[in-house]
Amino acid sequence: MDWGLFSDSLWPIVHRGLVGTIPLAVVSFAIGLVIALGIALLRLSVNPLLSWLGRAYVSLIRGTPLLVQLFVIFYGLPSLGVVIDPWPSAVVAFSLNVGGYAAEVMRAAILSVPRGQWEAAYTIGMPRATTLRRIVLPQAARVSVPPLSNTFISLVKDTSLASLILVAEAFRQAQVIAAATSEFMLLYLEVALVYWVFCTVLSFGQDRLEKVLERYV
Amino acid sequence: MSERPGTTSSPTALLRARGIRKSFGEHEVLRGVDLDVRRGQVIALIGPSGSGKTTLLRSLNGLETPSAGTLELDGGPAIDFARAPRKADRFALRDRSAMVFQHHNLFPHLTVLQNVVEGPVHVRRTPRAQAEARGLELLDRVGLATKRDAYPRELSGGQQQRVGIVRALALGPDLLLFDEPTSALDPELVGEVLGVMKELADEGWTMVVVTHELSFARAVADEVLFLDDGVVRERGRPRELFVNPREERTRAFLHRILHPLDDEPSA
Repeated sequence: MDWGLFSDSLWPIVHRGLVGTIPLAVVSFAIGLVIALGIALLRLSVNPLLSWLGRAYVSLIRGTPLLVQLFVIFYGLPSLGVVIDPWPSAVVAFSLNVGGYAAEVMRAAILSVPRGQWEAAYTIGMPRATTLRRIVLPQAARVSVPPLSNTFISLVKDTSLASLILVAEAFRQAQVIAAATSEFMLLYLEVALVYWVFCTVLSFGQDRLEKVLERYV
Repeated sequence: MSERPGTTSSPTALLRARGIRKSFGEHEVLRGVDLDVRRGQVIALIGPSGSGKTTLLRSLNGLETPSAGTLELDGGPAIDFARAPRKADRFALRDRSAMVFQHHNLFPHLTVLQNVVEGPVHVRRTPRAQAEARGLELLDRVGLATKRDAYPRELSGGQQQRVGIVRALALGPDLLLFDEPTSALDPELVGEVLGVMKELADEGWTMVVVTHELSFARAVADEVLFLDDGVVRERGRPRELFVNPREERTRAFLHRILHPLDDEPSA
């Protein structure tokens, strides 16, 4: 092992992780959750057309590889005259992807809130939208933290795919150094270690969040 | 709870229901029920499970939409369920009443006081300070002011149900609906809830109560309706109905409740 190379390359990789990987994951996840809520509500709609639209979206996202989705947006869209830079392309692809997966989590979480909660809100005069926002979603959020945390941690690792559309994130940085030094094993194990540390820290965060939300229920 | 305007008795019924019917698929749960609720009156709905008493109660605030019949609020225009009711009609029913559920249905993510002021603040747009002052006053009357910041799961069943009652009162409804409010409670907790309900009755609140607590119905109700198989089999003042039921079905039902270990009374 070339420990000198290891320590010299550690900060550049971690740095790219902090300014590339993590922001990409956080921004995509945030947008993805908004999409997911919309899709979940479509799925739950009594209107068959809306419900079918939600179902179709989830099916498309889950039934096709993330890498293909990424390539369609970055390499495919330009042929239709739509050219998007690497970073925004990655955000679009990851957000749409998270939207599909998290929608199913949210749908299940919303359905897990007992009917009596809707009824109680109705009897105190609440419209449906207010009930959803003030009564149902806070309770659904509690239920969906563990599965959504898994989605987020998967996303952090999946952002390494963005290296294939030239986004400067942690894996891309490791690839660049590996190509220059031919120390492939060292650099790829090193970047694996960096991802592992990131994900472990995030798991701690998940535990804390669950504890905070556990005060009730 | 004292400032109920209900005690000024008016000759017109607060709520007048005629020919209420409700089917779930093939099964007809209510088969034409009439009910008048006058201001300040306490009406107890009793009957075997599946008799339709809860469905009737839920029809009074729009939680269920009857398949047929009419409902008239405060002498206003009748809502005719032969047609699909307009949303506004359903909401008019709901906004005059408040409900206490069998399983309290408190909001688990909100504290006791937050549960109580949720409706006033977020639906009625009452200023928060005012709603909280009023909420605390009501909580104090049921002996739970010190629990204002507790979450529902930290309370006993009886306390939860008393908060459920306060949440209903906080809206200042004309009509209080109770759906078997003590059925899910441990026996030793039933008294504290019935005690609060009796106070409310004494203060002149208008109440419709679905209950299996015959002693409560007997002591508090002005009128008792015995529902059986989707119809009102017998109605009357509690003393008459409990002591001297006219109908055989009523007699058998009362006997089963009062003497659960006996066989059917010999005719």
